[in-house]
Amino acid sequence: MAVTGTDFLTIAGKTLSSRLLLGTGGFRSLDALAGALEVSGSELVTVALRRIDPAQHGSIVDVLDAAGVQLLPNTAGCFTARDAVLTAKLAREAFETNWVKLEVIGDERTLLPDAPALLEAAEELVDDGFIVLPYTNDDPILARRLEDVGCAAVMPLGSPIGSGQGLLNTYNLRLIRERAGVPVILDAGIGTASDAALAMELGFDAVLCATAISRAEDPATMAQAIRLGVEAGRLAYRAGRIPRRLYAQASTPEEGLPEY
Amino acid sequence: MAVQSESFDVAVVGGGPIGLACAWRAQERGARVVVLDAGEPGAWHVAAGMLAPVSEAEFGEGDLLQLGLESARRYPAFCAGLEDPGLRSVGTLVVARDSDEAAALDRLAEFRRGLDLPVSRLRPSQARRLEPALAPTVRLALEIESDHSIDPRKLVAALARVVDVRRARVTGLRVAGERVTGVLTADGVVAAEQVVVAAGVDVARLDLPESARVPVRPVKGQVLRLRDPRGPGLVERTIRGEQAYFVPRGDGRYVLGATMEERGWDRMPTAGGVYELLRDMSEVVPGVFELEIEELLAGLRPATPDNVPAIGPGALDGLVWATGHFRNGILLAPVTADLVASVLNDEALPDWAAPANPQRFAGVAA
Repeated sequence: MAVTGTDFLTIAGKTLSSRLLLGTGGFRSLDALAGALEVSGSELVTVALRRIDPAQHGSIVDVLDAAGVQLLPNTAGCFTARDAVLTAKLAREAFETNWVKLEVIGDERTLLPDAPALLEAAEELVDDGFIVLPYTNDDPILARRLEDVGCAAVMPLGSPIGSGQGLLNTYNLRLIRERAGVPVILDAGIGTASDAALAMELGFDAVLCATAISRAEDPATMAQAIRLGVEAGRLAYRAGRIPRRLYAQASTPEEGLPEY
Repeated sequence: MAVQSESFDVAVVGGGPIGLACAWRAQERGARVVVLDAGEPGAWHVAAGMLAPVSEAEFGEGDLLQLGLESARRYPAFCAGLEDPGLRSVGTLVVARDSDEAAALDRLAEFRRGLDLPVSRLRPSQARRLEPALAPTVRLALEIESDHSIDPRKLVAALARVVDVRRARVTGLRVAGERVTGVLTADGVVAAEQVVVAAGVDVARLDLPESARVPVRPVKGQVLRLRDPRGPGLVERTIRGEQAYFVPRGDGRYVLGATMEERGWDRMPTAGGVYELLRDMSEVVPGVFELEIEELLAGLRPATPDNVPAIGPGALDGLVWATGHFRNGILLAPVTADLVASVLNDEALPDWAAPANPQRFAGVAA
């Protein structure tokens, strides 16, 4: 029986048919964002509260509203747990959603997460009633701790934000996937469609992508490519790949062939 | 203001470089023109004034590039008709700080060369021979000899000397049926046959019928205006990094900009904005640390959804748009003025101006 289309992703009770989350940073124009968003099929889209004014008419928020997608505020640009918590609360008021993609950045040059501050902020926000989706390191123990404090999903990086280096530590990423009881979303590091497919083949529940699309020469076409990569990887995961073998194994058996 | 009793062929709303240039060109064609301006300087007062269509050429923005090249080509003749417009024809260096930026710069260089744009690739030592103040860590530079700069404050002052500018707080347009018949101001109506709206980001606050609007939103940009107490000479050309640019005025003064922030109407400079500009430019030109700070400013660029301005006839008879110039208002002033003059005289616009047609926004919520 072929794998059918009824393959929904559920995060904190919310059902999504697209497994591609889109980030809104880096697009050259609002039209470029709108075009990529439509092609991506994404239903959950992140916005940095610190970089936009939610009340502004004709802004990114209007583009997302017109597309009918759910807005996922993020705390990009926060370097302390305190700032991240405060930003999440402002976002909850501004966007009327208790969902937050939690980022606490440890260093400007690498933009890697600050693990202790991230855990602290996650604990506080969950306690305050937020649906927390933390951007985290590819650290299986930290991912478990984030799940333990009540995060609705975990979002480990494939490689640093905007680096386009793909999935650098697939061993750790597999461990995170194997041990997680909540959805696991690959966040950061996607460079092109095959990176997204690989994440999905590893069993990730979804992929979040921003720079690879927004800064591509042709963002809409790259959005389509990455969407197809996500879909292909998901199908391959569900279909069950063959084991790797050292020696060849003929795909057509030789038994029963006529002899001349 | 005592203009109520007068009537004009053309009233221009907005006394920035776009509005003034449009008025000037319309006047040259024989129209009786008045410029109405509230007296609060717009984005031009903050702008660095780069005339840099090649440095700005980006993937997917060919229409904007075409407009920019057309305008840059017209600039020398445009300035020749003005007294002290502040033009400096000295070229631009685009600089990469590290190998990541060098790779990104090579990607753009290849793209621009593919469009037959004049770009030369310089090794770090070659770049430093041109501009010795560049940091030893610079990895790659592109020289763009055709990208120049102008002092927008001098330009506006020069234009304001050749047209009739009157202080007025414009609140909306007078509309009779499907026709614009004048401008509503706090002090009364200014009657005009045709109205050019060149109010930059303030068009978002004009009282207009919904169907006649164009979607323009403010995008905040912070700049520092710096001064070298030792006089000119730190750098000669415009220096552009990946995140910041540094424009010499030739007299020891420099403009360092600019952030890009979707912050509504907020115009306050911030510590973070200033820090990022200084950090990014000091890694390219360490000498910026020695400069005195003359001004910290933030301006609001009038941005459209596709980054292309709105130049041409509006949805009402007698209404002409010249707004939405986003990052390119100074560069695009001459070409905008020529196109608007054509529209005012019922002439057809060239094909390359079609992407700026304001009617493309019909149905888009403003």
